[in-house]
Amino acid sequence: MAPWPWYVGGPAIAVVLFLLLFSEKRFGMSTNLKTMCSMAGAGKKIPFFAGDWKANRWGLLVALGAAVGGFIAATYMTNGSVGMIHPDVVTELNQMGISGAGVEFMPPELFGIEALTHPKTLVLLALGGFLIGFGTRYAGGCTSGHAISGLSDLQWPSFVAVIGFFVGGLLMNHLILPYIL
Amino acid sequence: MKRTILYFSIGILFGIIMIKSEAASWFRIYEMFQFKSFHMYGIIGAAVALGVVITQLIKRNNMRSFFGTEIQIAPKPKHIKASLYGGSIFGLGWALTGACPGPIYVLIGAGYLPLLVVFVFALLGTYCYGLLKPRLPH
Repeated sequence: MAPWPWYVGGPAIAVVLFLLLFSEKRFGMSTNLKTMCSMAGAGKKIPFFAGDWKANRWGLLVALGAAVGGFIAATYMTNGSVGMIHPDVVTELNQMGISGAGVEFMPPELFGIEALTHPKTLVLLALGGFLIGFGTRYAGGCTSGHAISGLSDLQWPSFVAVIGFFVGGLLMNHLILPYIL
Repeated sequence: MKRTILYFSIGILFGIIMIKSEAASWFRIYEMFQFKSFHMYGIIGAAVALGVVITQLIKRNNMRSFFGTEIQIAPKPKHIKASLYGGSIFGLGWALTGACPGPIYVLIGAGYLPLLVVFVFALLGTYCYGLLKPRLPH
């Protein structure tokens, strides 16, 4: 019922990579966003979305399963305890008005249902979502496609992409978040 | 039908792992970018270390899939500028929302409904990339 340590979680992700490779697929979650744009008919006007999206139906099944897995784990496989968060981080976040570190899975200020009624939070979530969608497709992959699959295949573009993930991530975390949260 | 169940089941396993390992937790991502915990580095490091072994074994031994076909691992397109610029843009969003494209679905399933906003705008972001692609450096 307690959260898993890294040495269980990391190898478990490698098992997912293994299962997908042996099922004739690749581990990559961001392609689903493109697939859904294609499904909605974006390919009629934009060549990037043209082509047969049905070939990526398997990815949508994985995404749907992921949502179900999230529900199962959150509902039946947890006793509400979360892993320890570094005390410095807890203090810092509290000062920034973000509560729940080391106590809850997610900060209620950003992901509680009441967040949907706060215009500023909605803007941050929308902005974050846009950057995720735009950036992953521009880079040609996300944490699963580049950091896990790509690095596992010793792909040079994936190494560059992961450096990018940290350039953007560190910039947001250290220089932008303190002013916008 | 068999394949439908297979991919759906792999998704369920992935979702459970993202919650139980806390890789989908905003706090864990924040802590990672603060370099205050080994947790996320351990997860990604262990996954990649084992992933390298799995991938290299498959390639060197021309291993076959569950369906008897040869496993093909297509190389990533060599777009270095796109990888760096796109990766950095994604990094900004990752550190802001704490979510990667996979955990977005996991967290919605887990009941964190504000992630629906992240999801809808991620679709919009992907759409805008498609629109602007011819004008962007790759």
